[in-house]
Amino acid sequence: MTDQPAQTFGDIALEVRSKNAGPFWVTMELFLRNPADYALAAAPEIINEDAIAFLYGVRAEDVQIFRIPSLNVVKISFPRPVPQGGLMDRDIHAGQHHVPLASLAIPPRTARR
Amino acid sequence: MNAPVGAVRVLTPTGMLGAGFTQSSVDRGLELGADVIAVDGGSTDSGPHYLGSGTAKTTAAAVARDLRILLRAAAQARIPLIVGSCGTSGTDSGVAWVAGIVEDILCEEKLDLSVATILSGQRADFVKQRLRERAVHPLAPAAELDETTVDGCTHIVGMMGHEPIEEALRAGADVVLAGRATDTALAAAVPLMRGMPAGPAWHAAKIVECGGQCTTNPRTGGVLATIDHTGFTIEPLDPDAACTPISVAAHMLYETVNPFRMREPAGELDVTEATYTALDERRVRVEGSQFHPAEQHTVKLEGARITGYETMSFTAIRDEHILANIEEWTDLFVKVFTARVEQTLGLDSADYSFDLRRYGYDAVLGELEPATRPPREIGVMLLVRAATQELATAVAKVANPLMLHLPTPDMAYLPSLAFATSPAETERGPVYEFALNHVVDTRTPTEMFRIEHRKAHAHD
Repeated sequence: MTDQPAQTFGDIALEVRSKNAGPFWVTMELFLRNPADYALAAAPEIINEDAIAFLYGVRAEDVQIFRIPSLNVVKISFPRPVPQGGLMDRDIHAGQHHVPLASLAIPPRTARR
Repeated sequence: MNAPVGAVRVLTPTGMLGAGFTQSSVDRGLELGADVIAVDGGSTDSGPHYLGSGTAKTTAAAVARDLRILLRAAAQARIPLIVGSCGTSGTDSGVAWVAGIVEDILCEEKLDLSVATILSGQRADFVKQRLRERAVHPLAPAAELDETTVDGCTHIVGMMGHEPIEEALRAGADVVLAGRATDTALAAAVPLMRGMPAGPAWHAAKIVECGGQCTTNPRTGGVLATIDHTGFTIEPLDPDAACTPISVAAHMLYETVNPFRMREPAGELDVTEATYTALDERRVRVEGSQFHPAEQHTVKLEGARITGYETMSFTAIRDEHILANIEEWTDLFVKVFTARVEQTLGLDSADYSFDLRRYGYDAVLGELEPATRPPREIGVMLLVRAATQELATAVAKVANPLMLHLPTPDMAYLPSLAFATSPAETERGPVYEFALNHVVDTRTPTEMFRIEHRKAHAHD
């Protein structure tokens, strides 16, 4: 943790959102405002399978990332660690699970992973 | 219905039957020459309760209000109305529930429309038979299916493609009330039946499935898709809303794991090469969508089972000292609570489960929570699950004195916390989980679905 809060992807994005994709998957999108910001989010050294696995406590090999320059969007999907609607599911539509992604600092702490 | 046509126009008034839309938006769709009205009546998005219990998420009055407008429109324009995933989960009870509402409206409005229902409920014996024939396969992240899991489901439905809907329409139905169906099958059925190419038909169906979600104002409801031999055009029914290339293309991201490729029973929609072009300020033209027919037609299964009964209790903390020491308070709670349950009820952790959620602190994200700001207040929800309702409530009641008076370990007095309701405990009844995430290889696309033509209402 630094004293000065770093800029996050949530700060620069038009929208960061998450949603269930069926009962067993969650998907989230970073909508960036321009190609320059998109390039930051799409850079594999910042947002990649390992970084998402670390952020969400899931297996890197289960993470799917789609980089879509025509929309300035980076989309991320992975299986929900907790099945939808079970005793331990605290976000039925997974609609608030974008927050850790949005809170990701730019650039990330290099020691991550 | 089978004469070659140049284009087919699909009117989708809303993403969910019962969510509401304006009469004027439907009128607008008819003026634009709608050939069919297609609307989704369900989803698994709200959790396993609806499939598990076979009950609807929407209230009957809201469904009736929407259906009355759509049935009148279908009769007036002499076009079919297709409703899918009736009753939220598409169970046979859900189809019967919507069919009852439709019957009442047809009678009240003196509308002479013939209705077909398509049941998608699956018997455990059928699923187990196909399992033994090695015709059931898991979808990621599921494991291989076993017979015990099949037997444990309260309801199993198969997700139909366009084929049973098309069969019902060809047999003369004006109104098709389908059980569980893919969102896209409803809108794709008539374009496919009238000879439109599969790529644009499925892609357009995917774009309209959430109604106004693909427009610049997602709250305004309906859209019209015009599918032709080279692509499709999409426009909103609300004059103040617009479709833009971005709003339409971005809808492929919504609730999808993969935004480019989507599996349907008959094959896979592939929009990798699709182009989105503005025709004017409100309409978007889409071309280049492809559909790859699958070698094996498959139907996805959904099933839910009871995992127990839950009782919920909720209290709230405003005391600054406890807020500042909430982790210590929580640890003490769990320790005292589990010991008291064992002492008074003789139960250990194998007999019940619980989740203690600290709303305002970290309830939503748990260990993923990145914020470190101190909370102003914390709502403490205790959810207890046990094999019976009585047991779940007994366990929750053991927690009651703690949710009222538990201090932090360093406090020399007993605080009184803020229960939100009296009694503090709320019985939630049976609770469910999704148990199936598998597909069945079908021998014909319609073998798992049962079409029933109801007599047209004969009015005076």
